[in-house]
Amino acid sequence: MSLLLAFCTATLFSFGTYLVLQRRLSRIVIGIGLLGHGANLTLMLSAGGRGRPVFIGSEGDFTDPLPQALTLTAIVITFGVTVFLLALAYRSWVVSHDDEVEDDVEDRLIASRLAAHVAKEESGEPVPDEVQS
Amino acid sequence: MNNLIVLPVALPLIGAGVCILVGKSRTAQRFVSIATLLAVAAIAVWMVVDVDTNGTLVTQAGGWPAPIGITLVADRFAAMMLVVSAIVLLAVLVYAVGQRDAEGSHVGFHPVYLVLSAGVASSFLTGDLFNLFVSFEVMLTASYVLITLGGTKAQVRAGMTYVVISLLASTLFLAALAITYMATGTVNMADLSGRIAELPEGLRSALGLLLIVVFGIKAALFPLYFWLPDSYPTAPSPVTAVFAGLLTKVGVYAIIRSQTLLIPATDRAGTVLLVVAALTMLVGVFGAISQNDVKRVLSFHIVSQIGYMIMGLGLFTVAGLAGALLYIIHHIIVKTTLFLTAGLIEHTGRTGRLARIGGIARRLPVLSALFLLPALSLAGIPPFSGFVAKLALVSAGLDAGEYTVVAISLVVSLFTLFSMTKIWAGAFWGGSHGDNDQELIIEGRLGTPRVMTLATGSLAALSIAIAVASGPLYRFSERASDDLLHPARYVMEVLGR
Repeated sequence: MSLLLAFCTATLFSFGTYLVLQRRLSRIVIGIGLLGHGANLTLMLSAGGRGRPVFIGSEGDFTDPLPQALTLTAIVITFGVTVFLLALAYRSWVVSHDDEVEDDVEDRLIASRLAAHVAKEESGEPVPDEVQS
Repeated sequence: MNNLIVLPVALPLIGAGVCILVGKSRTAQRFVSIATLLAVAAIAVWMVVDVDTNGTLVTQAGGWPAPIGITLVADRFAAMMLVVSAIVLLAVLVYAVGQRDAEGSHVGFHPVYLVLSAGVASSFLTGDLFNLFVSFEVMLTASYVLITLGGTKAQVRAGMTYVVISLLASTLFLAALAITYMATGTVNMADLSGRIAELPEGLRSALGLLLIVVFGIKAALFPLYFWLPDSYPTAPSPVTAVFAGLLTKVGVYAIIRSQTLLIPATDRAGTVLLVVAALTMLVGVFGAISQNDVKRVLSFHIVSQIGYMIMGLGLFTVAGLAGALLYIIHHIIVKTTLFLTAGLIEHTGRTGRLARIGGIARRLPVLSALFLLPALSLAGIPPFSGFVAKLALVSAGLDAGEYTVVAISLVVSLFTLFSMTKIWAGAFWGGSHGDNDQELIIEGRLGTPRVMTLATGSLAALSIAIAVASGPLYRFSERASDDLLHPARYVMEVLGR
């Protein structure tokens, strides 16, 4: 494997990971795209050394065609799903006018009720058995 | 006859195409998709009988020989999963037709649903790791569409989490595939079975770890479960039901398949799996107890139940795996029934929040029975299927001397029962809250609950049938897990050597 391409894969994966960890949806989409490229490049590189002919030429060592077929399939899938993700991001912008990935609403509700419960207990007020939502 | 294996994948895809062509008529769509899934179920039943008597079915797509072409394999485990999934997909489709909510309002529901079923069938039948990736993508892309079909704010928010986390898992899977191909030069699972053992130890454990993480995200294992209770409850009830019943179990299937077939017997990480299983059970059930919405309680239970299946796998004995397989059969049916019931509760009470509904037991005794049966079964109360499956797991655990995980699984059962009584007390007992009494008769406006009740009822009856037929089923699971623990037979069937 070429050292340069190996370095490229590492860079794609690290930038992708960084972007996926962001809160803005547009960055996550780009991050997913970069990660996909990284994975596809790795798959491509699994064919082995560089400089060998694909299928032209008369004799000698051909490069392995299977990884190329696999990569092509993977690229098409990544492309389709990324388009779906973009459509979803657009829909999200239409309904909420915001690009931020929100927290789980129900989860926050339970956490805030627990916090209220604890605060009441600390202030010495009587705590009801069943907290109504 | 071997070529019939292709049909569970091909028929739904053809059906999906026909459904798009007849998109103007919802009646024609219903006819096509129900007929397709009926045919798939019939083929699956024939397949499981044939595989059990005559041995594994193998076909090579396009006539390319095994390590190069795409192999489709139906052994006992795959055929069994196929039957259960076909039945559940059919029942949920009938329910969706009765509910009319998602199914009636969108022309895309039937085609996408059929594509989902093709993806699920293909994941079970494939004998090729790359084809497993493609099948996962077919299934997941269909599920992305189904989960966001309504396009509401909550659905888009939850769908986003689901899509991003699934995409991340798929990317990791692709990277794992690349490393596998680089190291061994093949992606055929039977071929890999021997070759992975020849790799250096570090590479073997890296591959094993990557595969567990990838499939663990799909199966919602601890600590990779967090996306599930967030995203599942927002989808329309039939969609949630089929996701809850099937999709995570496809992940479990992939874990069991890869751990038994690909990872060499000397490398099996039994203890790690048992620890993960125990934590998954505990975290899931505690999460369920803290929730206040029917669907969310049930979603956390999925996580908890996955722990039981992984516990059976982690023992790596025939009895343990047989228990896990029996548990998967029981769980798919019961969990789907529970989610369908939760959909009926939301349908009649307008909400799934426990604080706002109540008194269903008095007004709708049939619905209450439909909830109580699978709920008790899930908790593992004696005459039901959950008891049989848990008994098999517990006795296998005791035989293997893993007392800690057995004790945890029993404690978790108690907590499961506790959280079920929470739903029962909140939704079924007590008076009704608010002013939704007059809204209870909704027949005609949102479709007929009778069809929905019929679909739910037949699944509940099936779960009782599992308990009645547990003897033959357990012996079948034992034969299936015996095959799984002797991967040489699988390799022999596929490669012929």
